[in-house]
Parts: sequence; C-alpha cells; structure tokens
Amino acid sequence: MTTARISLRGVTKAFGAKRVLRGVDLDIQPGESCVIIGGSGTGKSVMLKCIIGLVRHDGGQILIDGQPMDARRREAFLRHFGMLFQGGALFDSLTVWENVAFRFLRGAERLPRARARALAVEKLARVGLDAATADLYPAELSGGMQKRVGLARAIATDPQVIFFDEPTTGLDPIMADVINRLIREIVVEMGATAMTITHDMTSVRRIADRVAMLHDGVIQWTGPVDEIDRTDNPYVHQFVNGLPEGPIATLR
Amino acid sequence: MVILTAATGFLAAIGRAAIALCAATGALVIFAAQAVAHAFAPPLYPGELARQLIRIGYFSLPVVGLTALFTGGALALQIYAGGSRFNAEAVVPSIVAIGVVRELGPVLCGLMVAGRVGASIAAELGSMRVTEQIDALVTLSTNPMKFLVAPRVVAGTLALPLLTAVSDIIGVMGGYLVGTGRLGISPGNYIQNTINYLTTGDIVSSLVKGAVFGFIIAVVGCHQGYNSRRGAQGVAQATRNAVVAASILILAANYLLTEVFFST
Ligand SMILES: Nc1ncnc2c1ncn2[C@@H]1O[C@H](COP(=O)(O)OP(=O)(O)OP(=O)(O)O)[C@@H](O)[C@H]1O
Ligand SMILES: [Mg+2]
Repeated sequence: MTTARISLRGVTKAFGAKRVLRGVDLDIQPGESCVIIGGSGTGKSVMLKCIIGLVRHDGGQILIDGQPMDARRREAFLRHFGMLFQGGALFDSLTVWENVAFRFLRGAERLPRARARALAVEKLARVGLDAATADLYPAELSGGMQKRVGLARAIATDPQVIFFDEPTTGLDPIMADVINRLIREIVVEMGATAMTITHDMTSVRRIADRVAMLHDGVIQWTGPVDEIDRTDNPYVHQFVNGLPEGPIATLR
Repeated sequence: MVILTAATGFLAAIGRAAIALCAATGALVIFAAQAVAHAFAPPLYPGELARQLIRIGYFSLPVVGLTALFTGGALALQIYAGGSRFNAEAVVPSIVAIGVVRELGPVLCGLMVAGRVGASIAAELGSMRVTEQIDALVTLSTNPMKFLVAPRVVAGTLALPLLTAVSDIIGVMGGYLVGTGRLGISPGNYIQNTINYLTTGDIVSSLVKGAVFGFIIAVVGCHQGYNSRRGAQGVAQATRNAVVAASILILAANYLLTEVFFST
C-alpha cells in the first residue's frame, strides 16, 4: 500500500454552534481522481479549504504524503497545486489571460509577457474559450465562461494536485462534457491527483476513480465509481437516484 | 432588584464594548506589524507598489489641492477679519503659513485621502475577500499580505508626505491669492513674511505627520477590507469603519505628534 497523497484523519470544523465537519476520514492516493458528493451545505467546500489551510480545522489531522501539513509543507504543496473555486474567484482587476497566466507573470516562474500570454491562450482553448476572450475582463463574461476561465487558471501550470469545486455547474451539457473529459485527461495523462466536488451524476461517472459521500459531517461511504449503483448504503442510494425519501432530509 | 439588574446590564454592556475595543486595537496593531514585516521581506511586488503609488498619490492630487486652496484662502480672510486689519502685512502671511504647514495641510490632506483612498482600499479588499479572490491568491502561491497589503501600506506611507507637501504649498498659495488679491497685501511682503516665519522644523513635522497619516489610512483600510465578512453588507461596513477609524486615528495621532514636535 502506497502512502496517500492527502489524508484526512478525524477532521472537525465548526462555525460557532454549527458543526459542519464532525470527523472526516479520507485518503486520496497519488494519481487518483476522487469525487466528493453530498447535499448542498454539507461542508464539501469547507473540507477542501481545510486541506489547503484556507479554513483552519478545529481538530483531527491533515497529512500530505504521510506528513502533517505545516507552514513549510503547505508552501511546497501549493507550488504544484491548482484550485477552481465554486464561484470562480477570478481577479476582476486583471484581464482573462492575466488571470490564467497569474503564476507566469510574477515570482519564481516568471516568463516574458508574450510567452505567458501564449500559454494562457492555449489553456483557454482547452476549456473551449477562443483567443478573443483573452483580453476581456472577467466581469464581461457569462457565469459559465468565468467558471471555465477559473478552470484554465487552475490547470495553467500543470499542477500535481488539483481541486475542482463544482466544475460543471452553470454549463450547458455539451460544454459540461468538454470539461468532464478535460478533467479526466488531466488525471490520466499528467498523472495529477484530483479532488472534485460535483452534484452532477454524469460528471461523477466520467471523472471519478473513487467516490466519497459526505453527509452529517462525516464520510458516509467511499468506494470505486462503478459501485455507486450497486451499494446498499442508503445515503448513496438516495443521492445517486435523487429520491425524496431516505436518510437525507430535504429540509436543510 | 430591577434597578440592580439594569445597572449590572449597563455595566456589562460598557465592559463588553471596552473589551471589544481592546481586541480590535490589538488586532489592528498585529495586522500593522505583519504588514510592515511583509513589506521588507521578499518576494516584493514593485509593479503593485507603483500602481498603488499612482492610485493613492497621483489621483489624490486634485482633491487635496482644492481642499488646501480654499482652506488657505478662508484662513487668510478669517485672520484679517479677526482684528488683524492694521497689522495684516505681517500677521496674515505668518499665521496662514504656520496654521497650514503645522496643522491644516497634513490633517486635511489626511482626512481627504482617508475618505477617498481608505474607503476604496477597504471596498476593494473587502469584495476580494467575499468573492474568494484573496483565497485564490493563496492557492496561486501568492501571500495576500505581501501582494495586496504591503504595497498599499508602503505606497500610503510614501505618497502622503508628498501630498502633504503639495497641500502645504497650495494652502499657503490660497492665503497668498486672497491676501494679495482681496486684502491688499503686497506680493513681495507676503512671500517674505511667509518665509521668515516658517522653520525647517515646521516643514519636517508636516511631512512626518503626512507619513504617519498615510500609514494609518492604508493599514486601517487594508485591515477592514481584509477581514470583511458577509457579502455586500460586510463590505459596506468595512468601508464605513475604515473611513471613521482612520479619521479618528489621524486626529488622535495629530495631537500626539503635535505634542512631540511643539510642546517644549
Ligand atoms: N466562513 C463561514 N462562516 C460561517 N459558516 C460557514 C462559512 N463557510 C461555510 N459555512 C457553513 O458551512 C456549511 C457548509 O458550507 P459549504 O460551502 O462547505 O457547503 P457545500 O457542501 O460546499 O455546499 P454546496 O454544494 O451548496 O456548495 C454551510 O452550512 C455554511 O453555512
Ligand atoms: Mg460548495
């Protein structure tokens, strides 16, 4: 058994009296694509943010390659990391291509502007955006286009670990398929480790090696993607089939 | 009994407010220290610094200039009207010069910039916070304290002394225009008397005040924006707090600096 790339051990997080994560245990193997499913507001985004330290968890442990995450490891980890935020989180003072090429324009990986731009345009093409969008500002794009720019920014430096928070929400089915394929390609071809949050069962089946179901602050079930239809776990069964009756309350 | 509960409730409210004030002050001081530390430790972002210098310094010139011009003019009129008619040639230029350079130049400049720049820094960083842009910076291996806060604080501290110098000069010029145009003071005498009464200490104190005010404006604006919460309303609150807190701190700091420079 190899060391997990990312491990969560009993991770807890509360916002005031609201206990969002109540002991999350999860291992992500290197090169694996893990999809997190779970109802709206169950703490999926919070979980991803805990891993990279954007939200400080209250208890439990987060391990990177078997080592506890500290400030120095976090810095090294983030150097080869990309994240698509649920809301896009594009820098609205920068143009689309400057967003995508953010890492190429400053700091250690700095490239000449023309070269950075060319790389950005290339990544934009991969998410289905043509070169004409490169010089627009994020505010001039539609929601789905912003999401794709966020995706292009996340994958710009070919990172080793990538988090996608709802990559296909707000996209039409054709574009959603393009993005699903792209994510799969990144995992298979570049050997990246990916964690994806999605509500879209088509995406789950296309992207995932493994699926984890988060509910009531703990991982209720985890298993290979082809088992989601066969498992007798009532949470997964209800979620995958979108049933109103089951252990997941509809009033949340 | 009822009175007693009301009294303890009242005291508790005062206590809570006092504790909250101490906590807020402490948080601001820690934030300021971090900002300064990040301003000197690489990686630095000179491009960002240049952009902020232009935004804080250059684009504040019209506001600061107009404020100083009218204030200098009004001051000249007031001094003249206040019984100095017979000795106006000497009194008006000297009081305008000292009043503007020592107090009004830096303070008005600071307050105007607090309204203009402090508010916009808080609103900008606040909306970056609520739209997760600050979180996104972290995922791009960019420390937001270095990339967003440090350049603004350095730019504020550098730009405000220059703006204060401009404010002083235009303020004195406002007095000169009114003094020579309306009050019949001869231009040569006006300039001579201004130069005679101003000391190097006055000018140094003016610029130091400017630097301190610039630091206050940028730190408070960044602190409020950086820690803003709860959507548009949180950003509005951050903006308001930034202007109010910076203005009060500027006035308090002005008093303290005046004690330091002129109390002997
Ligand atoms: N900064 C915060 N302060 C207070 N509460 C928060 C904060 N962030 C998240 N929460 C709460 O944590 C819970 C989980 O939020 P999270 O964003 O992780 O949900 P999610 O599973 O990603 O949902 P969705 O699928 O709708 O995106 C929510 O109930 C939310 O109210
Ligand atoms: Mg979410």
